[in-house]
Amino acid sequence: MLKYAEKIKETALKLFNENRVDTFIGYKKGSVPMMNEPVFVTDPDKVDQLYWDSFCGLNLCNYLTKRTDKIGIVANGCNSRNIVTHIIENQIKREQIYIVGIPCEGMIDHRAVMRAVKYKEILNVQENGDKFLVKGADFEETFEKEKFLQGNCATCTHRNPVIYDEILGDPVEEQTGVDPFKDVKKIEEMDPAKKQAFFTRLISRCIRCYACRNSCPLCYCPTCFVDESTPQWVGKSSDPTDTMTFHFLRAYHCAGRCTDCGACERVCPMGISMRQFTKKLNKDCQDLFSWEAGLTLDQRPPLDVYKPDDYNDFIK
Amino acid sequence: MENPYLPYPVRIDKIITETEDRNLKTFRFVFLNPEDEEKFAYTPGQFAELSIAGKGEIPIGIASSPTEKGFVTFTVNKTGLVTTYLHNMNEGDVMGIRGPLGNWYPWDEMEGKNVIIVGGGFAFTTLRSSIISMIDPANRSKFKDITVVYGARTPGMLLYKDELAEWEQRDDINMHITVDGTDDPDWKYNTGFVPTITEEKITSADNAIAIVCGPPIMIKFTQPVLEKLGFPPERIILSLEMRMKCGIGICGRCNIGDQYVCKDGPVFSLAQLKEMPSEY
Amino acid sequence: MTDKIFSKEEWLGGLEALRKTYGVFVPVKDGDFHTFMPFDKGNIPDFDYQNSRLSPKSVVYPQSERLFEYTLDKADSEADIVKESPKDYSPRAVVGIRPCDVQAFQIVKRNFDNPEYRDPWWVQHFESTTLVGLGCNEPCSTCFCTEVGGGPFNQEGLDVLIFDMGETYLLRGLTDKGEALLGKITGGSPADDQALKNAEDLAASASKKITSSIPTDKLKEKVTNDLFNAPFWEEIAFACLNCGTCTFLCPTCWCFDIQDEVLGKEGDRIRNWDSCMFPLFTLHGSGHNPRDNKFQRVRQRFMHKLKYYVDKYDNGVQCSGCGRCVRYCPVNIDIREVCNLMNNY
Repeated sequence: MLKYAEKIKETALKLFNENRVDTFIGYKKGSVPMMNEPVFVTDPDKVDQLYWDSFCGLNLCNYLTKRTDKIGIVANGCNSRNIVTHIIENQIKREQIYIVGIPCEGMIDHRAVMRAVKYKEILNVQENGDKFLVKGADFEETFEKEKFLQGNCATCTHRNPVIYDEILGDPVEEQTGVDPFKDVKKIEEMDPAKKQAFFTRLISRCIRCYACRNSCPLCYCPTCFVDESTPQWVGKSSDPTDTMTFHFLRAYHCAGRCTDCGACERVCPMGISMRQFTKKLNKDCQDLFSWEAGLTLDQRPPLDVYKPDDYNDFIK
Repeated sequence: MENPYLPYPVRIDKIITETEDRNLKTFRFVFLNPEDEEKFAYTPGQFAELSIAGKGEIPIGIASSPTEKGFVTFTVNKTGLVTTYLHNMNEGDVMGIRGPLGNWYPWDEMEGKNVIIVGGGFAFTTLRSSIISMIDPANRSKFKDITVVYGARTPGMLLYKDELAEWEQRDDINMHITVDGTDDPDWKYNTGFVPTITEEKITSADNAIAIVCGPPIMIKFTQPVLEKLGFPPERIILSLEMRMKCGIGICGRCNIGDQYVCKDGPVFSLAQLKEMPSEY
Repeated sequence: MTDKIFSKEEWLGGLEALRKTYGVFVPVKDGDFHTFMPFDKGNIPDFDYQNSRLSPKSVVYPQSERLFEYTLDKADSEADIVKESPKDYSPRAVVGIRPCDVQAFQIVKRNFDNPEYRDPWWVQHFESTTLVGLGCNEPCSTCFCTEVGGGPFNQEGLDVLIFDMGETYLLRGLTDKGEALLGKITGGSPADDQALKNAEDLAASASKKITSSIPTDKLKEKVTNDLFNAPFWEEIAFACLNCGTCTFLCPTCWCFDIQDEVLGKEGDRIRNWDSCMFPLFTLHGSGHNPRDNKFQRVRQRFMHKLKYYVDKYDNGVQCSGCGRCVRYCPVNIDIREVCNLMNNY
């Protein structure tokens, strides 16, 4: 994925010189291994800081909502689907953005890498094609990228951007034979008591930092429901019931809109598998409405529209 | 160990609706434990946290003067969760108050000086406390001329109407009451924005200190009037507001720069404010 | 000042003995990281760690703490009057805490325990806690404790300091509280001169391993409004998610919110950690918000830590160099870079 870094710089410079954009949103290389920082460039002299590698697992579309300038933005498969969703939901106009599409080969899960080196401190990570080299103070090890993909990337079937103004490489082959809902099915088979225990354990570490909500491009409400005080819907303490309410309700607000970009899971400081909440709703939308978010500008999401042949089984 | 978060229990003794839109009410509290009143000894300019069990706390300026014994009064604007609940409470209900909190108007510096008070809307509460305290016979001689300019949008929105009329009659205080506009043909006093009336009535900054308390827009236009008269920033005193929780400079939320509005303020001179970040 | 040598097994036995007198908190492996938890059957201490993810500030200052309780039942003569919730201040010991987190307690103490007001819960929890620190032989690449007045074997605020000598621990009692704790442990042998020298060498070499450089020397003399109006804040703040990660993981952040929660006729007044990163933090009842822009909130955090605290207490920055915010910020906003920008502006 490193090959895209140079191309992004060139494209950004070109867009500035042709006056196509006021701002270019991308990543710059992070100050700690395996991290990159979202950056907005307004000065063509500063395009050299733009960067791309397999640790760009955040979602840049988070920074798009309600902007009024002309924006250039890099977008891989899942991110481009979020742009589609934003356009449908009137958060940004298509004419405003110049999408630089990137066929994505998946992002690396930095926590899996830490586990693989038994938590010894990592000082440097260097990618090299489909392998990457991890260096610490007293060790060096090479790993295969395929074995360390983020959970959502391992089962991704939309690696190529679905919308773009220019694409920086040949499309990659979409994966087949992957089941993104394998773990959801396991949970579905649990009896209620086990499900309760599963989810209670899942959110037991939550510290209500709201990194998941704030990194999600779908969460752009001016006042989130957890911040309302008249009336107050959810308590603000670390009480497990309040925490569970927050996560479940937020997942429902993302139903039919989530593109499984994995940003929520990546940003959680406590390492909670955040996607366990939203994946079930994605599966339901697929099963009940044959719907996957963000694939086309021509259709509104299922919870937005009513069709006479919508399923009615829940009416008893 | 002494607990500065623990409120003194009080009973609502009297509720007066001050304004015609019914959004401002004055509450008079009496301490359930008489010895708490002494512990609550306060100075005009300070505020207290009104505490309602089950709802929360709100920081409100103290409207009564320490010269008024046996009770404390606050004038509260109905704005949010706690204030709405408070407005629906009845005389006889029990709640709590914590305080006195914050600093006070610079009374030591004001002695021997002419005192100019400019107030607008419902920010007048701590100014009432100040005026009653100053014109009390025990204190009046400490100050030279006292001039007050107080305005509201309409006559019905003025606070403490009876007391304003009383003070207007007195000759030891120059009281200038004004409204932005009115259709009332019997309106006896001035008509015009507070900054305009201030410009008309205040003629000199000589040996004077000005206390300005009101909505941001009023302060914005009054400040240049005072500066033109020759008031240096050290002699223009403002009282700020901020979202507060603990009220004692510990929870960290009300800071402007390195000053806590609840503990190092809410009273600041314009000179101090110029050194602080403009974030209020 | 006692200096004693224990083998690692002896020390574990000693910890067991301590449980009779103290509630002992130790670092425990929890998934991918370590947390300080009570030392009991389920939790095995693991001192082979760099630092915990959540700082141990929650031992003294829990994330959610009930302060008062009350009844709203009008039939009760004490209805609507808030009463202090009963608390348990029995002695506790935090064992294996790092010197940066201990220095953090000293930094935070200036806020909670000052001449005008003392926070009864923080102060009493802190005073009943004995801090047994473990010096860092291998500081992380993101640590910078030496740059902010600390160090991997810094003794400020510690009651006992442990040197990990490999096969053995050297324990040094530093205060009366520390000596009292050491007195409850049997075994161990007095440290000889060679052991003492090895300990000093260990401390010195650890300090040299810190590579991050963040100068803070010029912060005090800067004019507040110059830094406040500097042009670099928008750029620093762009990536920020305004989540609470940095503030909740930080051992020197202390802001909190007070909430009333009611169920039926009974209620509590509780305090929860709050964050200046949240938009609600400064929202007035009137709807006015002095910090309704993201970059204003980001600026507030760094100005508070690196300038306002410096001016207010004249005792260094509000940062102990633990590096948690650097490692865990989801968008990699790096306080070391920001401090450099501010110091050199």
